[in-house]
Amino acid sequence: MRARLRLGDGTGPVLVVLLILLVALTFVGPAYVEPAGYLALLKRAAPLVVLAVGQYFVVVSGGFDLSVGSLVTAEVVVAARLVDGDDANTWWVIALLLGCGVLVGLVNGLITTKLLVPSFIVTLGMLLVLDGAVFLWSGGAPRGALSPSFRVLGRGSADVPVIGQVPWSVIVLLVVLVAAVWFMHRGTGRMLLAVGDNDNVVRLAGGRVDRLRLLAFVLSALLASVAAILLAGFAGVSAQVGEGMEFRAITAVVLGGVLLGGGRGSVVAAAAGALSLEALFSLLNLLGVSGALESAVQGVIIIVAVAYAAHGAGLRRMLRRPVPDTA
Amino acid sequence: MSAVREQVRRRSEAPARTRTFVITPVLVVYLALAVLLVVGSVLVGVHGGVLLDHGGVLNILTRGTVLGLVAIGQTLVIVTGSLDLSVAYLIGLCSLVAAETMAGSTTLIVPGVLAALAVAAVVGLVNGLVITVLKANAFIATLGVALVLRGYLEHNYTGPAGSVPRAFQHIGYDRIGPVPVAALLMLLLAAAAWWYLRRTRTGYHMYAVGGDVDVARLSGVRTGRTIVTAHVLCAVMAGLAGVFLAGRLGSGAPYVGTDAGYDLESIAAVVLGGTALAGGRGGVAGTIGGVLILSTLDTIFDDLELDSFFKDVVRGVVLIVAVALYARRRTAGRSA
Repeated sequence: MRARLRLGDGTGPVLVVLLILLVALTFVGPAYVEPAGYLALLKRAAPLVVLAVGQYFVVVSGGFDLSVGSLVTAEVVVAARLVDGDDANTWWVIALLLGCGVLVGLVNGLITTKLLVPSFIVTLGMLLVLDGAVFLWSGGAPRGALSPSFRVLGRGSADVPVIGQVPWSVIVLLVVLVAAVWFMHRGTGRMLLAVGDNDNVVRLAGGRVDRLRLLAFVLSALLASVAAILLAGFAGVSAQVGEGMEFRAITAVVLGGVLLGGGRGSVVAAAAGALSLEALFSLLNLLGVSGALESAVQGVIIIVAVAYAAHGAGLRRMLRRPVPDTA
Repeated sequence: MSAVREQVRRRSEAPARTRTFVITPVLVVYLALAVLLVVGSVLVGVHGGVLLDHGGVLNILTRGTVLGLVAIGQTLVIVTGSLDLSVAYLIGLCSLVAAETMAGSTTLIVPGVLAALAVAAVVGLVNGLVITVLKANAFIATLGVALVLRGYLEHNYTGPAGSVPRAFQHIGYDRIGPVPVAALLMLLLAAAAWWYLRRTRTGYHMYAVGGDVDVARLSGVRTGRTIVTAHVLCAVMAGLAGVFLAGRLGSGAPYVGTDAGYDLESIAAVVLGGTALAGGRGGVAGTIGGVLILSTLDTIFDDLELDSFFKDVVRGVVLIVAVALYARRRTAGRSA
C-alpha cells in the first residue's frame, strides 16, 4: 500500500518514528490536541528543517558541511549590526545575507572540487574562519538590534484564507521543502544522488561532477542563510545561536536514513528526521527530562538510527515489509 | 629523522615515482615549522619581544603537550580510516574521574590514574564496537558517544570537582630547563606510537585497513579487531590528556576538553601533519609537527598580543591551504 506512494529510499521508517512521536505528544502535552500546538512545533522546527534540507544536498553528494552552524551565528550577528533596529535596512540586509551564503557555499565548493581538499576539512576550516572573523568584527559581543520587519519572518504569522493564521516560517519551510523535492526529482537532483553513489561513473557518463558538488555546497550555505534569518527572528540575537547546529543538522539527515558518504536517501526523509528530532526534544521537555540529558538521548538515537540503516535490509526482510527500490 | 627516511622508503616503493629526492609530507611539515619559527621570531622581534626565549619554548611545549597526546591517538584512528569526535568530552570525563578518585590523597594517585584510563578504554571500546559490530559510520558513532558523554557531564557536574594531591601536580609543572617533563613524556609516547605503527603487525594492519578495508579483510586481516584496537588506544591517549590536565588544574573540570575544542583541533593537527583523512597514509611524526605548528602559532599570536579570534581565522586558512597542497601533490603523483 505504502509502496504505491513511491516513497523515497528509506523514508518509511522515519515517517513511522515521526508519527509515533507526534501521537506521544498528544498524550503528554495538552497543547498538542489542537492544530495550533503542531503549528508551534513546526514553527520551532523550521530553521532546523531548512538546515537539514541544505545539509541533505551535501551529504547525498558524498560530503559534509560543518560550516553551517557558524554561518548561522555569523549571519545573525552581522544582521543585527547592519540592521541596527531600522526597518529601512531590512530588505537589503536580507539580500546581503543570502548573497553571503552563496559566497560561502561557493568558497566551500570550489576548494573541495578544485583543490581536492576533503569537504570535512574545508568546512571545518570555514567554521574556524567564520567563527573567528565574526567575533573579530563584532569585538566579541553582538551589537545592534534587529528591526521588527526583519523579525516577522521568524516570529510573525500570515493570514491564509482557509486555514487562518500560519506562521511565516512554516510557509518558508513548505516552500523550501517543495522546491527541494521538485529539484531532486529533476535530472540535476538525480545526478547529484548519482555523484554521491559513484562519481567516477557519473564522470564517465559525461556528468559534470564538480559543478554538481559545487551546487550542493551553494544550496547548503544558501539554506543556512534562510535558517539564520528565521532563527534570528524567532530566537533573537546571540553569539550562541548557531552553536552545534551543524551536528544537529547532520543528525537529522542521518535520522532520515540518508547514508553518510552519499548516494542514498530522500530529502523528505531528511526533513522528517529534523522534525522528529525537534518533536523528540519537545517530548523530552514535556516528560521533564532535564535539558542536560537531551544530548545523551540525541547521541543514543543517532547511533541506533545508523545501526538500523546499516542492518536495515535484513531487519526489513524480517519485518516482511518490502520496500521498493526506487534508487 | 628516521621517520623521514621511513617515509621516503615507503614512497619510493610506490610505482611510477621518480627515484630522485622525494619531498615527503613529514619533511614539508617540519620545513613549514622552521619557516614559521623564523617568521614568528622576526615578527615578535619587530614587536619588541623574543619568541624563542625560555618562556616562549616553555609556552610552545606546554600547549603542545595536551594536543600532542590527543593527536597521537587520533593519528592511530585516522590512519585506520576512522575518526574520533568523542575525545573532547572524554578528556573532561577522565580529568573528573582521576581527580575524584584521588580526592587529594597521595596514596590514591595510582588508582586515580588507572581508573581514568580504564574509563577511557571502555569508552574507546564502545566507539570501536559501535563502528564494527553495529556498522555505524565512525563520524556518527563517535559523535553519538560524544553526545552521550556530554549529557552525562552536563547532568552530573556544574563545575570543577575532585582534587588532585600536590605530589601529582608536579607532573603538570615540573620541568628540566625550559622543557616540561610532561612534554618529554608526550614525545616518548609519540615515539612509542611511531614504533607501534611502523614496526608491529597491528600497526601495519592499521595502514592496511585504512587503505582499503575490503582488501585488508580478504588478505586475512582481522579488520574489526584492528579498528577496535585503534579506538581503544586513541581513547586511552585522550584519557592521559585528561589526567595531565587534572594535574595541571588541581581538580577535574567537565569542559576542559571542549573549551579548547580538542576534538576538531586534534583532527586538524593530524591532517596538518600530512595524514590522509581517508586513512592508510601518514604517521605520528607528521602529527607532532602539526601539533608544534599549531602551538607555535598560538604562542606567536600571544606574543604579538593579537585578538584571539584572529587566531581562529588564521588557523582555518592554514588548515585548508595545507591540505590543498597535500591533495595537489598526491594527484600529481597518481596521474604521472
